[in-house]
Formats: sequence, structure tokens, C-alpha cells
Amino acid sequence: MKVRVALPLHLRNLARVPGDVMLEVPGEPTQRAILDALEARYPVLRGTIRDHGTQRRRDFIRFFACGEDVTHDGADAPLPAELADGRETFHVVGAIAGG
Amino acid sequence: MSAVRVLVGTRKGAFVLSADGKRRKWTIDGPHFGGWEIYHVKGSPVDPDRIWASQSSGWFGQVVQRSDDGGRSWQPVGNAFAYDGVPGTHQWYDGTPHPWEFKRVWHFEPSLIDADTVYAGVEDAALFRSTDGGASWHELNGLRGHGSGPHWQPGAGGLCLHTILLDPHDPQRIYAAISAAGAFRSDDGGNSWRPINRGLHSQYIPEPTAEVGHCVHRIALHPSNSRTLFMQKHWDVMRSDDSGDSWREVSGDLPSDFGFVIDVHAHEPETVYVVPIKSDSEHYPPGGALRVYRSRTGGGEWEPLTKGLPQEHCYVNVLRDAMAVDSLDDCGIYFGTTGGQVYASRDGGDEWEAIARDLPSVLSVEVQTLS
Repeated sequence: MKVRVALPLHLRNLARVPGDVMLEVPGEPTQRAILDALEARYPVLRGTIRDHGTQRRRDFIRFFACGEDVTHDGADAPLPAELADGRETFHVVGAIAGG
Repeated sequence: MSAVRVLVGTRKGAFVLSADGKRRKWTIDGPHFGGWEIYHVKGSPVDPDRIWASQSSGWFGQVVQRSDDGGRSWQPVGNAFAYDGVPGTHQWYDGTPHPWEFKRVWHFEPSLIDADTVYAGVEDAALFRSTDGGASWHELNGLRGHGSGPHWQPGAGGLCLHTILLDPHDPQRIYAAISAAGAFRSDDGGNSWRPINRGLHSQYIPEPTAEVGHCVHRIALHPSNSRTLFMQKHWDVMRSDDSGDSWREVSGDLPSDFGFVIDVHAHEPETVYVVPIKSDSEHYPPGGALRVYRSRTGGGEWEPLTKGLPQEHCYVNVLRDAMAVDSLDDCGIYFGTTGGQVYASRDGGDEWEAIARDLPSVLSVEVQTLS
């Protein structure tokens, strides 16, 4: 299915995309499936959202869908069905931190 | 016609400052990678159009950028820095074991003989090398694995490998320095390493003359005499004439022997530059006067260089990778400050001018002399 992903400014610049990206994600959408598809399309993003080796989410990155913080739902937990076909957006968010 | 390119890494992007050989009129190009911390930018001596930039962020980690056209355009290359084998532990600030974790690249040192080969000094301290133009990185594990690694402790800025010197006369010899572990040398191309800290005295560590544990801030050498090394340590300016086997203090009459940068004149192997900083608790110049000190005697006797530098109300710092020299006939000296100024001297330090005044806080300065 197609999933719409919104990236923070710095990752959009790195991937050289002007706005949201539409990704073909095989099967039901999960964090892992979306990020795998994102990194396959934009290899430059490898290591910027999750660690190369452990695949652990970087500390200051969070994920939102349908107005909910799904960061801690688990990499393989099913995400809301409304993500299908871009009806809702999967947001990759850089935490607001610092002063 | 010769030209000079100054590569500046800052807290909020990279900048390229260019001038012809007269070095009077400068153009500033940037920011590249705006909003990212650029710890270091350095060009290849083999192919000056090939430049490496370390781009990092607390949010998004490490990116490595490579330019093949002198900094006009950039391409991200490999950014996977995996420690070799089981990473193990070093010591944390409180002395407890702490797992080795990659954080960022502090310093790139391009090979002197191959444009596709570059070394990367990283935090937590390790040395990596790429031989394929940055596509992949492999740890030279003999450094962390030589024995003292589990005893290394981070300095205030982290456990960073910040200095890499390649011996122009011996391709097998590499020097590296780590805060706060000390200086190390390899005589076999980076496979095996040993500490070279004899003669260092660090009052602030439990054993002041220990084999490792010294907070070395920077090492420099002159290409014509690579057995002589100059070191700015946390406190003390040091000199070695035997490739680091032993060190002696040459702080002499400096107003403070704390500081970060040290560099050597391009044509005078005994002319050395430092920027004294008041103390490790007060990271600004003594008296609020920004002064480069020059020794023409290889240390010991130092003269303040003040002309063109702010002599009052100046409270910037000059970080360890933020000084460089060009190799034009009258040697140019360059340094950047945490206040965003880049100062240049066209005459070996006698007179200075700001060639950039309002950049973000400067982390690194490198210079390319182009023919």
C-alpha cells in the first residue's frame, strides 16, 4: 500500500525532497516496514532515524500517526489503518529540545 | 596564479572562504548543510577539489559529505561507523565501565598519497579508514585494542579522537591524539599502536605521569621535520624531538599554558603558534585580549601578536581544530573563534584581519593553497 511520510526539514534536505514522500510499503504498515521502504528509496537517510547496526530509534526521533504518538508501539506493531493510501500521514519528528 | 581556500566548520554549517594569492579580498560561500554541526572540513592534498566534511546532529547522527569540485557541490557518502568486533568498555567520568558508542566524526585526515583514502577520528575514540572514497569505513582496531583502551576516560568534550597526523616521510607512521587518553603512534600503517606520553605531567589525574590519561588537545608537526612534534595539552605546551618517545615542556613565558590550538609556520619548522586561554574553567583569553603567541625558537620564548586582534572585551575561545596555515611565500595563518570570527594573517602573524566576522561558532579551520 502507499503510505505518506512527513520528514523533518533536515532530513528532507538530506534526501533532497521538497515535501512529504509517498512510499510503497509491502503488507500492513508498521514502523519497520515504513522505515525500510524509506531507507530503500533514500539510502542517505540510513543511520539518521535509526542506528545502522542495532536498528534502534535515535533518541531524539519520535513517530506520530493519526494525532497519536506511536513511538513506543514497537517496530513491528501494526499502525493505524488510516495510513493506507495516504489518507493519514506518518510523521517522523525531531524532538523539540534545547533552549 | 595561486589562490587560497579556507574551509570552515561551524556549529550551524560549513563555509568556504576564497581569495587569490594576495589574500586581500575574500568571498564567503555558505552555509553548506545549514543548521548542522560541521566538526571538520578538509581537502585532499592529492586532489584539492576533493573535500571531506563531517556533518552531524544530536537528532540525526552522522553524515559524511564529499565534494569533488572544490566545495561547490556535495554528495553524501557512507556514514556507517561500526566498531570492530565486540566494542567493550572504556571508563565513564565516574570511573565505571561504559560501553563504546559511536557519536560523531571529529576529524578527517585525507591520505597524502591516495585521494580515495581518508582517516576519520571519532567519538567514542577510535580511528577509522576508508579506501573507497568514503563509501565504507573500517576501524583500525589496534588503537583501541592495544591494551589501555578500557582505561580511557572522556574529557569534558567527550572521548574524542581529534588529531591524526600522517608522517610525510614515512607512510607507515601515524600519530593520533585522544582527549583524555593522550597521544599514540603507529609505525606500521595503523595496525598496531602504542602510547607516546612520556614526559607529560597532568596534575589533575590520579597518577600525573601515567602512561595514558592525559588530556592532549592538539599535536602539530612541520612536514620537513616530522620527528619533531608540538603539543598543546590541557595545561602545558610540549615538544618532542624523537617522534613522541619523550616530551619536554616549552610553555616558557606564555601568560597561560592552557589552550587548544597549536600549529607550525609553513616554511619555518621552529616557528610555532598557540592561542593561550585563561584556564580550563574560563575558556577565554587572559584579560579579554585575543592574542596569538609565536615562538621562533621552537617553544620556550614567546611573543604576543596583537595587531588587528581585539585587545579588550574579547571572551571567545579558539577550539582545537580551528587553526591552520597556508604555504604561500609569506606564510598565512588562520584561526576561527567561538564568536564566529575567522582571522587571517598574511605575514606569519605580524598583522591580522577578520576575513569573516559573524559566522556561527567556529569548530574547525583548514586551509588549501591552490596553484
